[in-house]
Parts: sequence; C-alpha cells; structure tokens
Amino acid sequence: MRPFRSLLAGIFAAGLLAAPAFAQEGEALPNEHWSFQSVFGTFDLAAAQRGFQIYSQVCSNCHSMHLLHYRDLSGIGLNPEQIKAVSAAVTVPQGVDDQGNPKEGPATPANQFRSPFPNEQAARSANNGAVPPDLSLIVNAREGGPNYVYGILTGYTDPPAGFKVQDGLYYNKMFPGHQIHMPPPLQNGSVDYTDGTSNALNQEAHDVVTFLSWAANPEMVERKQIGVRVILFLMFMTGLTYAVKRKVWSDVH
Amino acid sequence: MAGLHKSEFANPVINWIDTRLPIFTMMQKEYGVFPTPRNFNYFWNFGALATVNLLIMILTGIFLAMNYQPNTLLAFDSVQHIMRDVNYGWLIRYVHQNGASMFFIVTYIHIFRGLYYGSYKTPRELLWMLGVVILLLMMATAFMGYVLPWGQMSYWGATVITNLFSAFPVVGPKIVTLLWGGFSVDNPTLNRFFSLHYLLPFVLVGVVFLHVAALHITGSNNPLGIDVKSPQDTLPFHPYYTVKDSVGLCVYLMVFAALVFFAPNFLGDPNNFIPANPLQTPADIVPEWYFLPYYAILRSVPNKLLGVCMMFGSLLVLFVLPWLDTSRVRSARFRPIYRQLIFVWVAAVIALGVCGAHKPQGIWVVLSRVCTLYYYLHFLVILPILGKLERPLPLPESISNPVIRRGGGALPAGAAAKPMEKV
Repeated sequence: MRPFRSLLAGIFAAGLLAAPAFAQEGEALPNEHWSFQSVFGTFDLAAAQRGFQIYSQVCSNCHSMHLLHYRDLSGIGLNPEQIKAVSAAVTVPQGVDDQGNPKEGPATPANQFRSPFPNEQAARSANNGAVPPDLSLIVNAREGGPNYVYGILTGYTDPPAGFKVQDGLYYNKMFPGHQIHMPPPLQNGSVDYTDGTSNALNQEAHDVVTFLSWAANPEMVERKQIGVRVILFLMFMTGLTYAVKRKVWSDVH
Repeated sequence: MAGLHKSEFANPVINWIDTRLPIFTMMQKEYGVFPTPRNFNYFWNFGALATVNLLIMILTGIFLAMNYQPNTLLAFDSVQHIMRDVNYGWLIRYVHQNGASMFFIVTYIHIFRGLYYGSYKTPRELLWMLGVVILLLMMATAFMGYVLPWGQMSYWGATVITNLFSAFPVVGPKIVTLLWGGFSVDNPTLNRFFSLHYLLPFVLVGVVFLHVAALHITGSNNPLGIDVKSPQDTLPFHPYYTVKDSVGLCVYLMVFAALVFFAPNFLGDPNNFIPANPLQTPADIVPEWYFLPYYAILRSVPNKLLGVCMMFGSLLVLFVLPWLDTSRVRSARFRPIYRQLIFVWVAAVIALGVCGAHKPQGIWVVLSRVCTLYYYLHFLVILPILGKLERPLPLPESISNPVIRRGGGALPAGAAAKPMEKV
C-alpha cells in the first residue's frame, strides 16, 4: 500500500506544481494591502469616501454604476444630509411630463446613480467603439479583484520597444493583450482631496478601488460580523453535542 | 373496525391521531427504535447531512423565488436586487449559492462511503440505483439553477451544455430546440429552466423518500460490511445516531458558515458577475467545480458524440456497478487490493477535476485521457476481474464480536485473543 500512496502523492504534487506554470500569462498582479481583505477586515471609510469623490469627478463621466442608489452611500459613512446634497447636485431623467416630453431634475437619495450615457449605442459611439463597463460589480467580475483593478489604474506605461499600439488604444501592462480603449483615467493630482491626503496616483487608485470594492460587496462588514457570531455559536454547539454524544454512548463503548 | 391501528401512545391526542393514521408509530419504528448497526463511523453522517442540505436549498430557494425575475432583461439585476435591497437577501442568496457546493461535497463523500464500504452490493442494489437517480436529478437541478442569475457563465454554460445534446444523431437538434424553446438560449430557455429548477427539487424529495424507504427495508451497511446477525449488533437509532448525526451536523454547518460568511464567492467564477452577453464569448467557459471531472471526460475525447456518450456513461455506469463488482466482500477493509485501487480511482476523479479547470491543451489533454481511461477501466475491467482474483482478509464473526474467523488469510497478531470486553 505504501508505494501506491507515495506514487499518488507524487502525482498530486506534480499536478499542483504544474498548475501555476500553465495558469500564468501576462503581468503578475500587484499585491496591495486592503483594509477589507482579512477575515475581520472592514472598509476604510475615509478611503472609500475619497474613492467616491474620484468616481464622481472622474470615472462617472464614462462609467455607470446602475446597481447603486444614492441612499446606499450611508454604507461608506455619509449622513442623510450629505447624501441629499450629493444626489441633489446630480441631474437625472425623471420620466415624462404631462405633455409626454422627457423630464429631468435633481436626483433624490432613492434614485439610482446617474448613468453617463442613455444607452449602449451612445456609450459605444462616444468611446471609440468600446462600451465602458458598469462599475457596480467590477471588483467581483475580474480575476484578481481589487488588485487587478488597481493594476489597471496604475498599469499605464510606455510600450516596450517594438510593440505597436493601435491608433486610439493605450498600452497597459496589466490588461490582457496590453491594448486598452480606456485613456489613462488617473494621474498624480487628478483630484484635490479636502482631508489633506496625498493625491498621488497610487493613493487615488487605492481609494477608488476601496470604494469600488465596497460597491461590489456592500454587505461585507455585516456579513463578517454575523459570521463570527455564527461560527462561535457553532463551535459551542459542536462541543456541547459532542459531550452529549460521549455521555449517550458511554454505555456502549 | 379491523383497519384501526392499536396505538401505544399514552398522550390522548397523539393516540387519537395515531389510531387513525399511525404516523407516530411509523416514526417511532423508523427513527426511534430502528435497529442500526452499532459500529458506524462518521462517514455514516453524510446521508443525513445531504437530507438537511436539500431542505436548506428548498427553503432558501422559495424565498429567492419571491424576489427573482425569470426574464433575460431583469434576471441579473433582480439577483443583485436580492443581494442589496431585500432584507438579508444576501444571506439567503449566499446560503443557496454555496449550499449547492455543500450539497455536492456532502453527496460526493456519501458516494465515496458507498464505494469504499461496498454499500451498493446485494441486497442494496436498488437503494444504490435510487441514489444514482438522486445524483442525476441534483446535477440537472444545479445546472439549471446556475443559469438563473443570467451572468456570462450562466449563459455560455447553458449554451455549451444544451448543445451537447445536438451530438445525438437524428433527434439531437430537435432535443436542443426543445430545451431552448427556440433557436438559441434566450428568454424561453430561462423561463423553462426556472420552472424546472423549482420543480425538480420536489421530485428529488420524492426519490430521497424512496431511497430512505429502501434503506429501511435492507437496513444500513456498516464499516465491516457484514450483515447484522443478532440484536447485540445494533443500537436503536435514537438516541445513539440522532446525537451522532447532530455532532456531524454542527461541523458541517461550521464549514458551510465559513464559506457563506467569509468566502461566499470563493467557488464561483468572476465572469458570472458580468451580465450575459450573447455577442461576447468568455475566454474560458468553465462549469462549476462539481461538474469539472465530467467536463474533463467530455473534452478528453476528440469526437463530440463519443465525448458526450463517455460523459453520460461515466454516470450511467454507476447504475450497473452492483453487478460489475463480483466480489462478495463488501467492505474495502477486507479487500487489500480494492482498498488501494479505490483511492487510485478517487485520485483519477480529482485529477479529472483539475484537468477540467484548465484549457484542453498540452499535458492536460494527456492527463485527462489517462484518467478517463482509468475511470472506465476501474469499473468495467478491474472490478469484474478483481472479485475473482483477490483474496479477501478473513471476515469478523459479527459486528458485536469482531473476532476474525479462521481460514482465508493470516490472523493479525493478538486479534483473536482480545474479544470486545463489553457487549
């Protein structure tokens, strides 16, 4: 039996070692530290709020986040007055008036985030043929999650010698194929923070990814908190049931 | 009044009901005093766990269906509406989503238990076959459920899997049109998948009932794989196995909770967070982890029809397993060669799963072919022959008195000198 087992173990180990070699292609993901990545991690609310500022001032010119409502911003620590102020500053379509003409007006907290384009065709024609993806779930929708999105935002470099970038595309070392339609969205100093935080590119990218991670998993903090209590309860129950089991079975063993 | 049941329950209300409809007597007989082999190990928890899992899936599914929209334009956003706006919708949905994975983990271990201890052998053939029906129903249900969120992997998974049926000559394309309700995966497909995804779990409940009913006729197998010979070999199901199942249930719930609360998307595919887009094929179309071994078998064969047959055959072969395995000894404990080969088979299945997750090129094609070959070889060639050639170890006298009977192989040192101290 022994030689069989070790043979199996060998095959397994070989498979595990071989797997990454085949999976790897392109640039390695950056390995940023995220406030929300550990078991007990929560969102850095100040960073998420700065990230929302970047989304509003930069990203939202092209990218929608239609799964979010302004009221959801309480999740990154905005109070009702702030949320009202944020939504009131945005003009959104409000159905039709009594004559049947399209109507617009300031958003309320109950409104979805304003989409920059009325439809896919408009988005495509305004962006050189590529539709800017909705960002509501972008962190969950990419292999590598927050590190990948961070890598894209900070991945614009000069192409290596001999690499021909097509007209209207940009070189990005993180993007599969390295040619991306999105012009570099963030540079050093793209936004002015009011809380004195550095507005270097790395910090901006980190903040907006924190915001996007919250947007993709707004339930995360509550989920982990409940999870800790559930696991503790189940550990207690396991111990208790096991003790009862030992007692019940004591006359058999 | 010959039909009335003589109830022994003291409580007058229970007695009144039980006299007319003896469900309390039945429960007492089947789950109270039911004689159960005394030597179960924790592998025997997994049937009960699977039943609990099925109930969890049905309960969470009912609440999800209250908020889900089976329409291609609304489905994706309605799932996110559940995640974001429905009270504890994220909890219900993550339990349902990860519950599918837990269901397969638990069921696969349950099946391994059956294979290792020979639970499929006479007189439990029908019990085993009903189990295979349950597995097939589970797979159909899980596949259709995965389509409902209408993400990229839902859509393209549905396209690939339904297209498999087109490989069958003559009727193939007609079956595919029937599955789709049209000429591509579209709204009618989503509608009928939702309908069937709601229906099949209740069919599953019915077959599980038959599975359990058959179990209570034959009685359970046990780690020694020998028949119950006397009342001393058994214990009443309650409290001995109700409490032992409870221990397993708590551990199972702990694993389940760890997934749901701390890694709810660990087993999922990022592509399913992108709404379905018929115009854009994902770079890799990969099924959920529990289908990967079958997917690898499918892709290991260059011919589509043959690949489809091999894939379905890998499941259908389980139906005839009771007759393929010619050994009369059930438990692998007493089958020195089978005991090793069953682990080779498990390794082949796991390796197939790894192959299924990779693009079918280079080493992965070779590996999946070798493993597919072993999968079939194991059932179709090795088991029929091994039963004739293998020299089993001597079987114990009985469950309560596991003394090794003389004859057969060598006696383990000291085994005969130590009968169980207490019976």
